[in-house]
Amino acid sequence: MIKRPKPERFRLRRTMMFMNAQKPGLIKDAYIYGCDSIMLDLEDAVAENQKDAARFSLYHALTTIDYGETEVIVRINGLDTPHWQEDIRVCVAGGADGIRIAKCESAQDVRTVEAAVEAAEREFGVEVGRTLLMAALESPKGILNAYEICSASDRMLGCAISGGDFRKCMQTKFQPDGVDMLVARGQMLMAARAAGVQCFDTVFTDLDDNEGFEAEVRQNKAMGFDGKSLINPKQIRLVHQIFAPTEKEVMQAEAMVRAFREAAAAGIGVFTVNGKMVDVAFIPGAERTLRLAKACGMYEGDLV
Amino acid sequence: MRNAVGRDIPDELLVNGKEVYQGKNYMDGKYIQKASPRTRRYEKPQESKIVDSLVDALKACGAKDGMTFSFHHHLRNGDFVVNMVMKAAIEELGLKDLIIAATSLGDAHDPIADYIEQGKVVGIQTSGIRGRMGEVVSNGKLKTPAIIRSHGGRPRAIEAGEVHIDIAFVAAPTSDCVGNCRGIGGKSNCGSLGYAMTDAKYANHVVVVTDCLVDFPNMPASVEAIDVDAVVVVDSIGNPKKIASAAARISQNPRDLMMAENVAKVIASTPYFKEGFSFQTGVGGPSLAANLFLEKYMDERGIKMGWAIGGICGPMVEMLKKGKVGKVIDVQDFDLDAVNSINQTPGHYEMSASQYANPANKGAFVNKLDFVVLAALEIDTGFNVNVLTGSDGVLRGAPGGHPDTAAGSKCCIIVTPLVRGRMATVCEHVVTVTTPGDCVDVLVTDYGIAVNPLRPDLIECLDRAGIPHVSIESLKEKAYSIVGRPDPVQFEDHVVAVLEARDGTILDVVRQIKPYTFED
Amino acid sequence: MQIEKSAMAGTLESSDALVTVEPGNQGIELEISSSVMNQYGRQIRATVLETLERLEVKSGHVTVVDKGALDCTLKARVECAVFRSCDKSAAGIPWGGVIR
Repeated sequence: MIKRPKPERFRLRRTMMFMNAQKPGLIKDAYIYGCDSIMLDLEDAVAENQKDAARFSLYHALTTIDYGETEVIVRINGLDTPHWQEDIRVCVAGGADGIRIAKCESAQDVRTVEAAVEAAEREFGVEVGRTLLMAALESPKGILNAYEICSASDRMLGCAISGGDFRKCMQTKFQPDGVDMLVARGQMLMAARAAGVQCFDTVFTDLDDNEGFEAEVRQNKAMGFDGKSLINPKQIRLVHQIFAPTEKEVMQAEAMVRAFREAAAAGIGVFTVNGKMVDVAFIPGAERTLRLAKACGMYEGDLV
Repeated sequence: MRNAVGRDIPDELLVNGKEVYQGKNYMDGKYIQKASPRTRRYEKPQESKIVDSLVDALKACGAKDGMTFSFHHHLRNGDFVVNMVMKAAIEELGLKDLIIAATSLGDAHDPIADYIEQGKVVGIQTSGIRGRMGEVVSNGKLKTPAIIRSHGGRPRAIEAGEVHIDIAFVAAPTSDCVGNCRGIGGKSNCGSLGYAMTDAKYANHVVVVTDCLVDFPNMPASVEAIDVDAVVVVDSIGNPKKIASAAARISQNPRDLMMAENVAKVIASTPYFKEGFSFQTGVGGPSLAANLFLEKYMDERGIKMGWAIGGICGPMVEMLKKGKVGKVIDVQDFDLDAVNSINQTPGHYEMSASQYANPANKGAFVNKLDFVVLAALEIDTGFNVNVLTGSDGVLRGAPGGHPDTAAGSKCCIIVTPLVRGRMATVCEHVVTVTTPGDCVDVLVTDYGIAVNPLRPDLIECLDRAGIPHVSIESLKEKAYSIVGRPDPVQFEDHVVAVLEARDGTILDVVRQIKPYTFED
Repeated sequence: MQIEKSAMAGTLESSDALVTVEPGNQGIELEISSSVMNQYGRQIRATVLETLERLEVKSGHVTVVDKGALDCTLKARVECAVFRSCDKSAAGIPWGGVIR
């Protein structure tokens, strides 16, 4: 049985790729495309009468396939369905890194799931607290409660907006400039940052519209998202390209982190880069840039 | 006797000077005596060579038991002509003990399986064999072992007299009344007629079968009237929908695209990737998609492709029209874009199979090839490729130009997913060796790239470009870790097909399949 | 477990398998057809029998139509079919117990 390392709550998650947990041909090696996270789906992708079969497939996939560094998250069925409790049991027993709560609308939803996860961890002898959570916000109520949702548990890694359902609720449709979800994206981002968790944008479904996809990813990056949900491996490359830091940013970040570490080692509180004083508050950001650069193959040093 | 790729070749096959495969370029510099056909003189001027039926044509050419009939495969899976001719010969004329020598055979020729089972067809010489015919041959129903040759190996064998064609049947999309044929201008167009050319020159008799008679002279002719005995006009020579697909589309499969991008990266890392380079690619998903990514690298470096050869399809014609490639030399067309372009688009030429790939002539195009990108059903840790037999040991493929381009090119890249369903593509021993490992340079899979240790220069190229690569053994192990280690396929001793290397030596044999049982 | 009624799991898509279980009382009667029979028939049979043994299925007719499924998929399909045949597939599955 494959033992996955303990999940990291905050790690690089530029790309989260949805995969039907019921399709053996898809999930057997979804990691080869190099996405940061795989999202095995027990919800919309699986027909109502195949939920049971999907769990058996999922369990054996989780325990026999070596996904390596790729994070494995499972999207479970909504709390208003008869499926979610068994979904949680199989995720925890199989050792999934995290669970995505579909249609999350309140902190109570998170706590309900958390209680079930904890019970499952105890049932299956899994370290309590190991399984991470993330929330899919699919309704205006979910967006309005984003902050309490994001702060509801130490297991929360972040939240994602789910465009299809959200647009329906708002009586709008996809708009190329993103105006249909501009406020929701902004509000969710603010809530996530205030709660100190990550934030991910929705999927882009028109696989033939390359320009539209690129425009949306650029907007995501500009708005400050950590990553994007994807429906097809061919979308991965562009997201990684756009989310990559520039060479100048990498050089600056490296200089900053190096100067900081040298100053700290020498017991000096204040330090400068290129003759300019640098605020310690910039260091976590610089470290994030270096980690991103490393993942993009742009940085090979040992500072991160 | 064991050959250079480790295959045991039965001694009874090693007669009349036949040798086992010795490695690439073994026959270099040797002399051959070319065979010549015995042909009839038509001194008295003829208004027309049109005869009423295939039966009349067969009679006019003196068809009798034991003869060898040849066919080309330009009509691919839409072909009606092989079945039509064999039916006339066997069912109407009552002939038997016939040998079919086709440039390739496919699913369209399922009815021939019956003639094999009835013992009317006793020999098959071809590049490809599939469908029911593949099954009956694999089940040992053909009286003599089928002989499988590459597209270059066939004209070599014909020229050397190893295949003697009694009557060549040329399916022609257009012909005039004396047999000048072209692959275009009719209703069943196939473009190039390159595979028919050598047959027509070396056959004792040539019969043109067309469904579109055009005014004399049908020029420029691919097969010329000077070689033709008779012309038969039929309702239809093939199903146009299956002859050429509407347009070969570049795959959107993410796995194919990922591999194709890596193929292009490998190509761009070598010193052969420079202004004027030459290229051939298959039409399989990842092979064709390599075009797309290659173009990106060409633009980046500001270079153009000098020429491309092969089976041609739309994306390559598109590059020709855009001026990204100087010339396209075409032995076969795969889609309507290519069919409609040959001899029409400036720089798009037709060539014969011999000119394309024959290892025994003095200037085949494959010998000037920089890169070829090819698919594989299986590839083993010795880089030997199988494109003929399925994992169950049944004949269902074709070496085609694979061994020729691999041997001739400076850099032969095989691109294939590591596993297909539960089949490990990268394996310990391929079922049948169709392209020897000493001709294969790089393997690109969805799980990584491996370079043949025989090519340290290419390893250095990849290293310099920062392209990660692993050993082919580790790819095989990865494959087996996913699908499990396969049991060896069980065969009887009876040899059902002989796989000739392009130089005429014996590369491998295919044996009769054994029905599967659960006995441990 | 005992196969209480006919049940199926899986599909005929490539890389999958369709498993049907039916009640019986003459031990395990197993029928396998596979697109990769020549190279994996033995392993498919071993995996299916091991899975049935783990589930303590002693009797029944089991039909596997395999389209190149990996072992983990075969196990999942057999288990699901057996649990469905007892109407126990929806909840309370012994993950990590007999399902492993």
